[in-house]
Amino acid sequence: MTELIPDTVENATATPAKDQPYDLLGLKPDEYQQIRDILGRRPTSGELAMYSVMWSEHCSYKSSKVHLRQFGEKVTEAMTKNLMVGMGENAGVVDIGEGWAVTFKIESHNHPSYIEPFQGAATGIGGIVRDIISMGARPVAVMDALRFGAIDHPDTSRVVNGVVGGISFYGNCLGLPNIGGETWFDPVYQANPLVNALAVGALRHEDLHLANAKGVGNLVVLFGARTGGDGIGGASILASDTFAEGGPTKRPAVQVGDPFAEKVLIECCLELFAGDCVEGIQDLGAAGISCATSELASNGDGGMFITLDNVLLRDPTLTAEEILMSESQERMMAIVRPEMIDAFLAVTTKWDVEASVLGEVTDTGRLIIEWKGQTIVDVDPRTVAIDGPVYDRPMEYPTWLDALQADSPAKFARATDGDELKKQFLTVLGSPNEADTDWITNQYDYYVMGNTALHTPDGAGMIRIDEVSGLGVALATDANGRYCQLDPYIGAQLALVESYRNVASSGATPLAVSDCLNFGSPENPEVMWQFARAVEGLADGCLELGIPVTGGNVSFYNQTGDVPIHPTPVVAVMGSIDNVARRLPSGWQDDGENLYLLGVTADELGGSAWAGSVHDHLGGIPPRVDFTAEKDLAGLLGAAAHEGIVTCAVDLGTGGFIRAVADGVLRFGVGARVWIDEIVSRDGVDATAALFSETQARALVSVAREDDVKFRGLCDGRHVPVLRVGVTDKRSGELEVQGLFSIEIDQMRSVHRGTLPAHFGPVVGG
Amino acid sequence: MRVGVITFPGSLDDRDALRAIKLAGGDAVSLWHGDHDLHGVDAIILPGGFSYGDYLRCGAIAAHSPIMSEVIDAANKGMPVLGICNGFQILVEAHLLAGGLIRNDHGTFIRRDQKIRVENVDTVWTSGYTQGQEITIPLKNGEGGFIADDETLKRLEGDGLVAFRYLEVNPNGSLNDIAGLRNARGNVVGLMPHPEHAVEPGFGPDTPAAMSSGTDGLAVFQSVLAAAVLS
Repeated sequence: MTELIPDTVENATATPAKDQPYDLLGLKPDEYQQIRDILGRRPTSGELAMYSVMWSEHCSYKSSKVHLRQFGEKVTEAMTKNLMVGMGENAGVVDIGEGWAVTFKIESHNHPSYIEPFQGAATGIGGIVRDIISMGARPVAVMDALRFGAIDHPDTSRVVNGVVGGISFYGNCLGLPNIGGETWFDPVYQANPLVNALAVGALRHEDLHLANAKGVGNLVVLFGARTGGDGIGGASILASDTFAEGGPTKRPAVQVGDPFAEKVLIECCLELFAGDCVEGIQDLGAAGISCATSELASNGDGGMFITLDNVLLRDPTLTAEEILMSESQERMMAIVRPEMIDAFLAVTTKWDVEASVLGEVTDTGRLIIEWKGQTIVDVDPRTVAIDGPVYDRPMEYPTWLDALQADSPAKFARATDGDELKKQFLTVLGSPNEADTDWITNQYDYYVMGNTALHTPDGAGMIRIDEVSGLGVALATDANGRYCQLDPYIGAQLALVESYRNVASSGATPLAVSDCLNFGSPENPEVMWQFARAVEGLADGCLELGIPVTGGNVSFYNQTGDVPIHPTPVVAVMGSIDNVARRLPSGWQDDGENLYLLGVTADELGGSAWAGSVHDHLGGIPPRVDFTAEKDLAGLLGAAAHEGIVTCAVDLGTGGFIRAVADGVLRFGVGARVWIDEIVSRDGVDATAALFSETQARALVSVAREDDVKFRGLCDGRHVPVLRVGVTDKRSGELEVQGLFSIEIDQMRSVHRGTLPAHFGPVVGG
Repeated sequence: MRVGVITFPGSLDDRDALRAIKLAGGDAVSLWHGDHDLHGVDAIILPGGFSYGDYLRCGAIAAHSPIMSEVIDAANKGMPVLGICNGFQILVEAHLLAGGLIRNDHGTFIRRDQKIRVENVDTVWTSGYTQGQEITIPLKNGEGGFIADDETLKRLEGDGLVAFRYLEVNPNGSLNDIAGLRNARGNVVGLMPHPEHAVEPGFGPDTPAAMSSGTDGLAVFQSVLAAAVLS
């Protein structure tokens, strides 16, 4: 083994002209110069490693920062009154009452999941769960929002099997219920799937922990898995660059996950919190030790001294730079008072978790790292973690957008007879984006922990937080890349209101938002315009609805070659419910209940599932957003659930009214007879629009006959337009759309369930 | 009655098992894999999960953890011991139950509401059911395929040691649709499906009557409590 000679600060000062591979580490020439200006010398190789990962797009948000500020600016006092921790920490924390708080966040792991789908997706779950633990919370559920290429493309099965297998493996082994999510297929994601993982955790108010290093003399402890050579440069090289055709394989930059180590780490952390052993804590994810030390120091007393030799290694040949950059999974860094270190180590020993003291908190304002007795890093940590470059990148209105919006689906002839409409209904129902995802979700455990109140296929997932009172939270994720391609401002708002409506339809009150913004290259001015419009739309929408963005993640460079993905801002909404026993499923179970449509229907088929699956078309303008109507609808659903006068609620989204009816039928296999005449006459639309239009602010509810009068009164009192559109029918075994068509439930089910298995293999017991 | 639930590193359904005991009316006691101490419990549950990451073979490492020497001793003296999923795998690895459990024949993890038949009610964990009763409880595993050599299989069937059998769908390729076993004495039972996930209305499998209302698993825990009263 050759002796590793560290590049020291002394050496860097003495050899200012040394050639440094900043470009290979993803830094631009002017960024490298900026580092030299900050330090007043060239960086050591260790410092260069740290700056390169921390100034990467993935870690620094350098292209998005100027836009993301709106989430902090467009808020009212009412919006932040329940917010215990806002954006900028590992995850936002929301007070849900009774002394409980909830923390949740959604994050991307897109690029690793294309290169190595199984490990990429698995470590995506692992990373987001560690963010939740870092806040002092017990993780209680996960969800995932997935985007794959065309369902019939030869490579899609590899990615789908790997990603689903990875989520299943990691999430199930962690013992976290997977309560929902969404899956879309579209050729724009062919060589760039999206894997967005959400985790939610619960904590008592007093258990809140933050990522800061305070208290001079407090110890800096690294614990969990050993540091190895996996994921080196993942942040800078992988997440912040596009996949160039014919380039070298990037597999070594993907991390490998061990869910067992993470499960033990969760329990170990919770015991450390309970024993008051921890002052500050930070998980190690992107940029590993570089990120944890610089962020902890920046957010605390400003200084830290670390001896890198104390890092426990899986591979003793790692260089200092590699140790600083390694993205080995299942590691945490804690700040511990010296008098608590024995108690701390007793807990880690109990859980067979390895720990080592790396150094201590100082008030020098410098992050100093020693290796082999010499100083290899001496920086102001804020210049690494906070004051990185910020770009206000050029934006351009897309040259193709006007033509796309002008290409309205109004050009397609509308069917009038029942047979044709039935055929179109089945086409929509079996289309890849509307099809049943149980091939995926029955690989996920939603029972573990025993608190799952709603789960797939319900529109939102719901978890009981307090086993005595029944207090719980509901979560939904949504994004519609097709809408966003047509109009990113409206598209982002549509993702928000859809997710908001899903949560409201479960009976919960929407409280807060986390977003994962997936876009193409920020260096493409048209993509940057899409991004800016989407952020603006989302921020404006949150202000209208009165729910704050508490955190999230930006993923740029999602494209293959020169073709960016559709803008895909995935919006997760979290809401609370006093007692999960009052929840509403997405389907009816009893006979003879009235079905009511809430909201009005317009002819809005631009970007719709109908246009996409029946006509293979994307063009026109997406549905309008009406925040007042959304709030009224949500208020009504919450009240109706609370008073127990509706038995189910299905939100109307893609596929429109008939898709919601199908959901309601398929949820428990109970049929229905519905009619659209009054929708047609009241709203002045044709049968196609009545069935398939994607007008927002609508929901379908079932009401037991004895509650009819009360329900109508509630609608009148809250000014929500309502029409009786059907009755449930337990005996017929079919769905009848009066005057148009009838279809057996079994046939609907086989169309709906058959699509994914036809491409990816049979469903067990299917 | 005090029923202990052992937490191994990687146990996942330990909290669920503790809750199930409480809902059945028993005193639930947490036990730690590293202790050589059963803390005076009257019965023991080995919960589901991925003990020790299921490295080597599912349940193989846990079967050699410190507390298992006490568990094996107690089981041989007649103490009620239940293994659920990973716990079943541990009991098999500890030779308290016969056969082996391998990767599902279809190769993937599967979670479904599984119909099973109670094949034998002469055990302390199944006495609360009626012979041949059909119940639905959640199943969730990646390695639940039961195997045994012909001779063992013949003995298990001949001696009435099959405790539960899959109905309608065999979810993992188990021989003879075997979902769970008992020992000859009837104090040790193991099964792959999860009775502890079907004990509380609102959080169990769907039933024709109401969403998530299935509590078919509760009788497993009530059985052992009733057995204690009788003994």
